[in-house]
Amino acid sequence: MRKLLFVLALVPALAYAQTLTRDGVTLTPAQEARAEDIGSQLRCLVCQNESIEGSSADLAKQLRTIIRQHVVAGDSSKSIMNYMVQRYGIFVLLKPPFMRLTWALYASPFIGIILGFFGFWLMRRTKAEAPAPLTDADARRLDELLK
Amino acid sequence: MSPLRRRLLFGIPLALAVAGGEGFYIILRRMQENDYDPHALPSPLIGKRPPAFNLPGADGMQGFSNTDLLAPPKPMLVNWFASWCVPCLQEAPMLMKLAKTGLEIWGIAYQDHPKDLANFISTNGNPYTRLAADASGLTAINWGVYGVPETYFIDKQGIVRWRYAGALTDDVVSGTLQPLLQKYA
Repeated sequence: MRKLLFVLALVPALAYAQTLTRDGVTLTPAQEARAEDIGSQLRCLVCQNESIEGSSADLAKQLRTIIRQHVVAGDSSKSIMNYMVQRYGIFVLLKPPFMRLTWALYASPFIGIILGFFGFWLMRRTKAEAPAPLTDADARRLDELLK
Repeated sequence: MSPLRRRLLFGIPLALAVAGGEGFYIILRRMQENDYDPHALPSPLIGKRPPAFNLPGADGMQGFSNTDLLAPPKPMLVNWFASWCVPCLQEAPMLMKLAKTGLEIWGIAYQDHPKDLANFISTNGNPYTRLAADASGLTAINWGVYGVPETYFIDKQGIVRWRYAGALTDDVVSGTLQPLLQKYA
């Protein structure tokens, strides 16, 4: 019984035993997963089409460290994103939020669809009228040509 | 097909193509005139005071903190640079020229080694009234600095009015900095 209690007492320690160190911060796999999730949604400002998670720039490495420090401190993902937006502006977000500057971007597929339907409607409405029936002279000439 | 519809069917795509072409042409022309940089980012610091910081001096000069920037007697520049950065080297003569006109420039050396920094200053001259060192680069992150050189224009209320990322050129100085100096004088 005492042995069992001893083993049970060690179980929580297992969670801590499985830690890893990434960018100078020691954290649990769950914390690391959250940090990676945050970092992959943020743009590296040095090489602008890479995420902070995927970039090898020094600044990105430093920001990865900061993200992990905040994750270990228990800050919410949203507050960590806000930390970055406060410093670098909304451009740091790889997925831009819906706002005055970006509404046209989000509306563009719908505008495209509407324009497409409009064009389609124009085309349908403008179907060419059937040509006037051939006169006898024209019919004879056609027969001649097709011989 | 009625003439109006025919005109619409032909005219709308043509107008769209012309508008698109015009847009690209304007972008390309402005890029060529150094008037527009698609990589430039607006700084969230504009219209605000710099965040709290306190940096030690470098190369025997006095450092500074955000409270020293609260109310400069006249508009000034804060220049982030590093001895290891090539555009900073290109920018150095321009900073010297600006300092000679009486413009106050304070420098922050970003992630630099004291020895390299001293070398850089003695080779390229010292345009800075004060020179601080951000060895860790953490103050730079709070400012939203994403590369060196970066130059911040601070008005008499201590508010950041303009940020330029990259080496200051003649075009930038005459086209943007001089008008700002007049506006906030």
